Amino acid sequence: MRNTARKIYIALIFIFLYAPIFTLMVLSFNASKTRAKWGGFTFKWYSALFQNRDIMEALVNTLLIAVISSLVATVIGTIACVSMSGMKRKTRSILLGITNIPMLNADIVTGISLMLLFISFGIRFGVGTILLSHITFNIPYVILSIMPRMKQLNPSTYEAALDLGASHTTAFFKVVFPDLLPGILSGFLMAFTMSLDDFIITHFTKGAGVDTLSTKIYTEVKKGIKPEMYALSTIIFVTVLLLLILVNMAPSGKNEKADK
Amino acid sequence: MSKELIHLSNISKSFDGQMVLDDLNLKIHENEFVTLLGPSGCGKTTTLRILGGFTSPDTGKVYFDGQDITRIPPNKRQLNTVFQKYALFTHMTIAENIAFGLKIKKKSKSYINDKIKYALKLVNLEGYENRMPDSLSGGQQQRIAIARAIVNEPKILLLDEPLGALDLKLRQEMQYELIRMKNELGITFVYVTHDQEEALTMSDTIVVMNQGYIQQIGSPESIYNEPENAFVADFIGDSNIIPAIMIEDKLVSILDTRFACVDTGFGHNKPVDVVIRPEDVELVEPDQGTIQGVVTHMIFKGVHYEMEVMANGFEWLVHSTTMFPVGKQVGIKVDPFNIQIMNKPESEDEEAAAIDI
Repeated sequence: MRNTARKIYIALIFIFLYAPIFTLMVLSFNASKTRAKWGGFTFKWYSALFQNRDIMEALVNTLLIAVISSLVATVIGTIACVSMSGMKRKTRSILLGITNIPMLNADIVTGISLMLLFISFGIRFGVGTILLSHITFNIPYVILSIMPRMKQLNPSTYEAALDLGASHTTAFFKVVFPDLLPGILSGFLMAFTMSLDDFIITHFTKGAGVDTLSTKIYTEVKKGIKPEMYALSTIIFVTVLLLLILVNMAPSGKNEKADK
Repeated sequence: MSKELIHLSNISKSFDGQMVLDDLNLKIHENEFVTLLGPSGCGKTTTLRILGGFTSPDTGKVYFDGQDITRIPPNKRQLNTVFQKYALFTHMTIAENIAFGLKIKKKSKSYINDKIKYALKLVNLEGYENRMPDSLSGGQQQRIAIARAIVNEPKILLLDEPLGALDLKLRQEMQYELIRMKNELGITFVYVTHDQEEALTMSDTIVVMNQGYIQQIGSPESIYNEPENAFVADFIGDSNIIPAIMIEDKLVSILDTRFACVDTGFGHNKPVDVVIRPEDVELVEPDQGTIQGVVTHMIFKGVHYEMEVMANGFEWLVHSTTMFPVGKQVGIKVDPFNIQIMNKPESEDEEAAAIDI
């Protein structure tokens, strides 16, 4: 009895969580243009999507921005973690607190602040400003995922490498970096995901005529919802889902091995 | 004595305004097993880190084979360290761990392979080449850490409490292993520990440290039998440390009772501390003893009985193979040779600095 209740409860939660997305996915395969009735299964919205030049351009922008911004953020975040680990405990925890704030900050505030900053410095809006914004909001996520690994690190391993004759650079890349790698990878993937599905900050920092997928969907939907957008949203959802699964698998696999 | 290899000269170091080492001087000779012994915070690890090059002293110089190496970084020093928590590279196999230093020195492949074989044989872990460090026990990891250090043929091996994380049985086994390895390798070992038994078992020379000062340097026997101050006496083994008056040469008044002793040169009627090891206190019939007392505690310890005897207001710790039951009246006798006289420190600072050479 209790077991059945438990199962129903879980089922309800999943229905509430995923019914909207499921509806969207189903509609993306609906041959009929109206949402009201099922006109048969089709891939035509998907093919229409890939023939739409505006959307393809937005896709390229999105991927470009996601790749570059997460790469740059990963490099900056890694360096930040390494330097912070050398600081005194108190300074480090203050700094970590400060780097965490942007994650808690409302996206709209971050977006508007960045927009104002770009305006006051006279920077022209475009892909560059989106890129800068994405790097900015990605860094904290990278730090968040590397720092725990940094703390687990045995400080003696670095010294041991020096002791065995390695230079500081060799010691870092041969000994510290491999230990940090799972954290760096999951930080990169997290940043990539964040960049991929960001709308608000992009919306405020993009120039006219430049679009990422999320802002493109937004403008298209304003004009009236086309089924291509269902297809596009489905693709984005599935991509982000896959990335999230990757992020969660990468570090846990390593940890199990280390815990043994 | 053999050639001098290391000379720490007037080394001082403080962290955040707190003095950790104060004007420390120490010489280490070739092929010596030197143990830096002291409670935590006494500066022993800092001394080792200064030797390894991981910490630089505020003042003073480090000489290696007559050359000043104070400013030389760790990767350019001819010594290797075995770290407290092993510090193996967890993403590399055992063979890769051991080869790390040799690869950096660009040794040939066959040379490296020979060295790995030799080192694993030395630490009794043949055939472990392809295992990962995580799959080894603590004791085995410690051996690999030693193997990784010695393949580089250092002139000195620094060991920072290497047995601290092992259980008692394994620790005793490893003590003999370390002595064997040292004899086989013929190099100098500098060993840091807070375990006095470890120090007594393995060392040629023990350096007892406290509060950043060296308290006494000597062989295990001399440190144990002739501690130079109350700290050393108290830290090394159990002991009775009793305030006393040196009446004249070879005569000391302990708890208002005159005892014959063998020390001279302390002056007349001078307050001193005496150290008497519990195994040197003889319990006899009351009329045969120098002082009379009553047994207050008795525990069987295996090899001996540990008893406490209240006599003239002092609780004497006694180790004896003969048992005296609690409540029994006994006499206490001490052989003059077993009474060790020490100068009394006049202040706590002086106690720490008592042997500031």
